[in-house]
Amino acid sequence: MSETFDLKTTTVRAINEHLHGLAPDATGVYEILNPNGSHNIAVGVDAPVEINIRGHAGYFTAGMNKQARVTVYGNVGWSVAENMMSGRVHVKGFASQCAGASGHGGLLVIDGDASSRCGISMKGIDIVVGGSIGHMSAFMAQAGRLVVLGDAGKGLGDSLYEAVIYVRGKIHGLGADARVEDLSEEDRTQIGELLEQAGLSARPAEFTRVASARTLYHWNPTSPQVSVL
Amino acid sequence: MCGIVGLFIKNKTMRDQLGALATPMFVCMGDRGPDSGGLAVFNEPTPESAQRWRINVFARNREYPWEPLIHGLRQTHPATDIVASSNHAILMTDQAPEIVARWLGEYDPMLIVLSTGRVMDLYKDTGHPRELAERYHFTDLRGTHCVGHTRMATESAVTPAHSHPFVAGNDFCLVHNGSLSNHNSLRRLLERRGIQFETDNDTEAVCRFLQWRMREGDTIEESLARGFEELDGFYTLLMGTPERLVLVRDAFACKPGIIADTPDYVAIGSEFRTLAHLPRIHEANLFEPVPEKIYSWTIA
Repeated sequence: MSETFDLKTTTVRAINEHLHGLAPDATGVYEILNPNGSHNIAVGVDAPVEINIRGHAGYFTAGMNKQARVTVYGNVGWSVAENMMSGRVHVKGFASQCAGASGHGGLLVIDGDASSRCGISMKGIDIVVGGSIGHMSAFMAQAGRLVVLGDAGKGLGDSLYEAVIYVRGKIHGLGADARVEDLSEEDRTQIGELLEQAGLSARPAEFTRVASARTLYHWNPTSPQVSVL
Repeated sequence: MCGIVGLFIKNKTMRDQLGALATPMFVCMGDRGPDSGGLAVFNEPTPESAQRWRINVFARNREYPWEPLIHGLRQTHPATDIVASSNHAILMTDQAPEIVARWLGEYDPMLIVLSTGRVMDLYKDTGHPRELAERYHFTDLRGTHCVGHTRMATESAVTPAHSHPFVAGNDFCLVHNGSLSNHNSLRRLLERRGIQFETDNDTEAVCRFLQWRMREGDTIEESLARGFEELDGFYTLLMGTPERLVLVRDAFACKPGIIADTPDYVAIGSEFRTLAHLPRIHEANLFEPVPEKIYSWTIA
């Protein structure tokens, strides 16, 4: 089934209430027209539906997403897919600050640039950025992978835990306790898989791996569990 | 929180639409700043504007009797015109602003001179930006560019004087989204140099600091470079001069901003939704200003 909502004639609240009423196994395609930068579109969806936002969206787009495949045919404001649990969010334009903040799972793809604090405190989400990312990205990132085809701003990976960052372009500065590490065969495989899922192409061998030097948090080398205080 | 809007008209034939295009931007950002608002408008410079002063005056009384004021003022300064609406008036005169300000102070000490200059007008007051836009007929305004602000106060009192834009000197205004930690030390630095303040607001300190640097001979770029060193806190700043609209964000860039550049205009807002109504916005080059870069547009 397919439904169309036009934000010229309805409200974000009405759309979100409808989406929240879907059964957890519901399928279908939802078109959202004239977003015009509205905040909170498709927040808190928990169903394997497809949602197409036809234009620029505002803050918190597809926040807390579970299962849904959300595509934004435009730019997004702050905190797209923040706290995403699963599913996929694809931004065709650029993203403002805090893209994918504290996301637990799923895949966030941004075709253009993402500004500062991309992947801040990410907890298992994968993020692929076609362009560059701004300063203080992946700050305190705990788990998940951040792949950047362009450059990274200052303070990359400050206070990193166990998330891993791959940057193809220039890194303008690493944050405290972030370090460049050798790119392994396993890294190249993972980059290749993520690029394929994101529909972007680049040579995995061109990326630089950035990970935690593990001097800023309590790390028990005998335990597979990360001890995050 | 606060909201910032700016509009710079590139296509001269659109200068009479400045207010019509900027008003929905201003009203929309009332969501981010509902307690007060203000708009500075730069009129097109003309040979006549180079000869006359514009003095913007604010009265607390929404039905201020401007008729007796202008009658009295013309006794001593006959070549003075007035455009008044509600509690705001623009006096246009060939007399120096200091002389007119002194006369106004003696006529009615409760009147406040909002701004002085050759081309800039300034409207600001407490209340929702929607009310201000209606009261002052913002949709009718014309000009080359404008600088607007909607305020949600976090730092000092909500009064007309604490509303943005702030001004210093002639034809210079500044609006600010953010907060500063060291504005009192800036204030002391400036007060030691004889610079007087009207409020305890942090933004006023930035405005007077930059204008002091420019008066000392710095370009606006040089004064902002010094600002990057001296200002401690968060800021997105939008400034207007008769020729230019200038935007900067601090190194942290926590306070939002988006720019839409088109062949006809440049529009600046805290959020995209405040620009969404603008003509051909979907063809605009949209981008976020990066930290500590000076963005400037100059009238042709």
